[in-house]
Amino acid sequence: MKEKMIKFIKRYRIFFLLLIINTAVLVIFPNLGKKAFQLTGSNLLEMLSVLPPIFILLGLLDVWIKRETMIKYMGDNSGIIGVLLAFLLGSAAAGPLYAAFPVAGVLLKKGSKLSNVFIMLGAWSTKKIPLILFEASALGLKFMLLRLVMDLVGIAVIAYITEKALSTNDKKEIYQKALKGN
Amino acid sequence: MTIALYVIAFSALTVSFFKSREKTLLALKKAWKSFENILPQFLSILIIIGMMLAILTPEQISKLLGSESGWYGVLIAAVIGSITLIPGFVAFPLAAALLKSGAGYMQIAAFVSTLMMVGIVTMPVEISYFGKKATIVRNVAAFGFSFIVALVMGVLL
Repeated sequence: MKEKMIKFIKRYRIFFLLLIINTAVLVIFPNLGKKAFQLTGSNLLEMLSVLPPIFILLGLLDVWIKRETMIKYMGDNSGIIGVLLAFLLGSAAAGPLYAAFPVAGVLLKKGSKLSNVFIMLGAWSTKKIPLILFEASALGLKFMLLRLVMDLVGIAVIAYITEKALSTNDKKEIYQKALKGN
Repeated sequence: MTIALYVIAFSALTVSFFKSREKTLLALKKAWKSFENILPQFLSILIIIGMMLAILTPEQISKLLGSESGWYGVLIAAVIGSITLIPGFVAFPLAAALLKSGAGYMQIAAFVSTLMMVGIVTMPVEISYFGKKATIVRNVAAFGFSFIVALVMGVLL
């Protein structure tokens, strides 16, 4: 019990520290501190509303999709189908980029090719369908389309560069991390 | 879209439950575990963002990103976009408001692009999944790419 408590405090220590800092700000500069807490609160609510379905789908994916299936469609020899699937997976997502990291972890664990995972991350970060529609209405269709076209190329290039920058050993480590994760 | 995701997740969960109760329970356990895994960092990130946005107001940002600010403004926009983390439905109206209040297309393009692709605050989470090297390369590449986007937008819009 005590050990569990210590582990809990250790894991959350940065969070507690930040909470203390923010509370201190609240005491010293009430307006600023209050605003910060309000922003944190509304962000938290927004995140909590999008995250549950993502993690549920993630869990189901982990349990039901066989490693062989993942390797076939997104693995080393998946070719253009893997690339397209990665784009689709990222585009259909919702939620912030950091919610994509656990998803990336499961894809890697199941044997997806690294560059495909980076494409998924790229699409998730900037090409989510609901966000594109929103972008068009806020900044204009031309702005959105221009960015969309450039991003399609950019995502692929960034994925390529990132994969090329990694040695065989680096890649191995990433896959090992993914396997340890769950 | 969020509603659609809930519908999909719930349908999938139902199908899964009828196929196998054990596997469904396991899936939910795994879902919770991966969520709890990032929860400490997730909560820290939220507080950092809250404090950052409380200090850096939209008015201040728009002052920094006027269309005359040129490449200097693009650089500031890219840096602000990289360190802040604003949900899309807040970011786009903000970007539209910034445009109206005098920011240029180049600066806004750099801001929007880095906002989405570069995440300095979330780097610890990214590193825990991909290691330092991949995280740094991806973020630096995305940062550089945002300048290309800004340049093209500046020429064409």
